[in-house]
Amino acid sequence: MTPARKILFDDVIARLDALIAAPDATLLAAAPELADELVALGETILQAWLAAHDATPTTRTVEGFRLLALQRQGARGDASFNACRETCRELVYHRNLVCLEPAHPQTARRLRLAAMVARHLALFIGGKLEVAGLGEFCCSSRPLRQHETAAQPATIA
Amino acid sequence: MSGKHQKVAYYPGCALEGTGHAYNRSTKELGKALGLDLTELKDWNCCGAMEVKNIDPKLQTYLSARNLSIAEQMGFDTVMAPCNGCYHNLKKAEYDLANDAGSREVNGRLSQKAGHKTYEAGKVTTIHALDWIKEAIGEAGLKARVKNSLKGLKIANYYGCMYTRPRHIFPEKDRGPGSESTAKPHFMDDLLAAADAENVEYPLKTACCGGAHTLSDSDTSTKLVLNLLTTAEACGADVIATECPTCHTGLEMHQVRAEKVLGRKTSVKILYFTQLLGMALGLSARKVGVHENFSESAAFLRARGLG
Repeated sequence: MTPARKILFDDVIARLDALIAAPDATLLAAAPELADELVALGETILQAWLAAHDATPTTRTVEGFRLLALQRQGARGDASFNACRETCRELVYHRNLVCLEPAHPQTARRLRLAAMVARHLALFIGGKLEVAGLGEFCCSSRPLRQHETAAQPATIA
Repeated sequence: MSGKHQKVAYYPGCALEGTGHAYNRSTKELGKALGLDLTELKDWNCCGAMEVKNIDPKLQTYLSARNLSIAEQMGFDTVMAPCNGCYHNLKKAEYDLANDAGSREVNGRLSQKAGHKTYEAGKVTTIHALDWIKEAIGEAGLKARVKNSLKGLKIANYYGCMYTRPRHIFPEKDRGPGSESTAKPHFMDDLLAAADAENVEYPLKTACCGGAHTLSDSDTSTKLVLNLLTTAEACGADVIATECPTCHTGLEMHQVRAEKVLGRKTSVKILYFTQLLGMALGLSARKVGVHENFSESAAFLRARGLG
C-alpha cells in the first residue's frame, strides 16, 4: 500500500473509531447526516481499491447507492472481493434504518453498528491492499499462477 | 423434520483432525445424541483447503472429486462436511465438473492414473453440518429433545465468508421460505433458537475473518477478528457461535493476540454451534470438547447451568 493510501485508510478508521466512541447525544444530533457520512466513507474505501487497480471509480448507482455499484465494480474479475459484498449491504441497511427513523430509540446503537461495519470494510480492503505482495488474501481467490498452469496443462498427470 | 439425512457419509477434513478437533468430537456426539448415523469416508484425502487452488484449480477439483467418488463407492448419495472450506471445495468441484470440460478432463485423467472410478457430477450431494441437523431433525425435533435450555444465552451467529460464497455453487440456497439465504444466512440462528438461545442481530455474520492470512499477515487478521469480537459485544452477545474450524480457531487465537499485541481485551465466548446444541441436549461440556477449545469458557457455561 502506498504511504498516501495508508494515510487515507488511517484517517477513515480514525473517524470511524471516533464515531463509535462518541456519546449518544452527539450521534443523535445529526443522525441522518452521520449515516450518509458512513456510506460516503465506505465509498472512499472502495474508490481507493479501484484507484490502486488503475480503474476509474464508477459514478453509477445500484439500488440507489453508489457504494453498491463501486463494490460490484471492484469485484469484476476478482471473486475474492465479493467477501465484502454483504458488508456493503449491511452498511446501506443500517443507513436506511437511521434515515427512515432518525428518532428511533435504537438510532445511536444503529449508527455505532454501521460504523463497525464500515470499519470492517476498511480493514478488509486495507488488508487486501497491504498483502497484495504476499499472495491472494481470500479463500475463493483467483489463482495467482494462472498463467503458469495454463502454460503447463499436464502439471501433475 | 423431513427425515432426510438420517444416514450420511461424513467428511471431517484435515482441520477437524487437528485444531478443530472439538468440532469433530461435538459433531459426532451431536449426531449420536440425535440418533443420526455418520459414516466416515474411507481413506479420504485433503480437499486442498485454500492453497491448492492458487497453484492448480483443476487439481483442487480432482481432490474433492476423489472424495465424492469414495462416497459414491460406499453407497452414499450425500456427504456431510462440517468445515466451511471443505464444504465450499466439494460444492465447487460439483459445479466445475458439471460446467467445465477442462475440469472433467483432468479429473478423468487423474482418476484413471490413481486407479479409482471417475466421479461424475450429480451422483453425490454435499451438505453442511447445518443442513444436516436442519433437515434431518429440524427445529421442532430439536426443541422436543432439549434438556438444558440455552435460555438467557445471547448468541451472535458467525457463518464466515465461505459458507455462502460464491453464490452460484450453492443452487439449493436462496430458494425462498425454508431455504438458506446467501445474503443473510439463518440456519444456525434457527437451530439455536430452537434450543431457546436468544440470537442477537449481528451485521458481520458473513464478513471475512482474515483466516487465509493468519500466518502471512497476522496483524490484519487480528484487526479483522477484533472488529468481529467487539461488534458481537456491541450487539449484546455473550457467545459467538461458529460453524467453521478456520474461523473458530482464528477468532480464538486472535482474541488472545488482540489483547497481547493491541491491548484490547474482549470477553465474548467462542463456541461451535454443535457444542451449544450438544449441551442443550444434555451432553456434558467435556463430551462436546469444550476443554479442547483454545479459549476458556467452562466457568461461563457452568454458571449458566450448561455442561
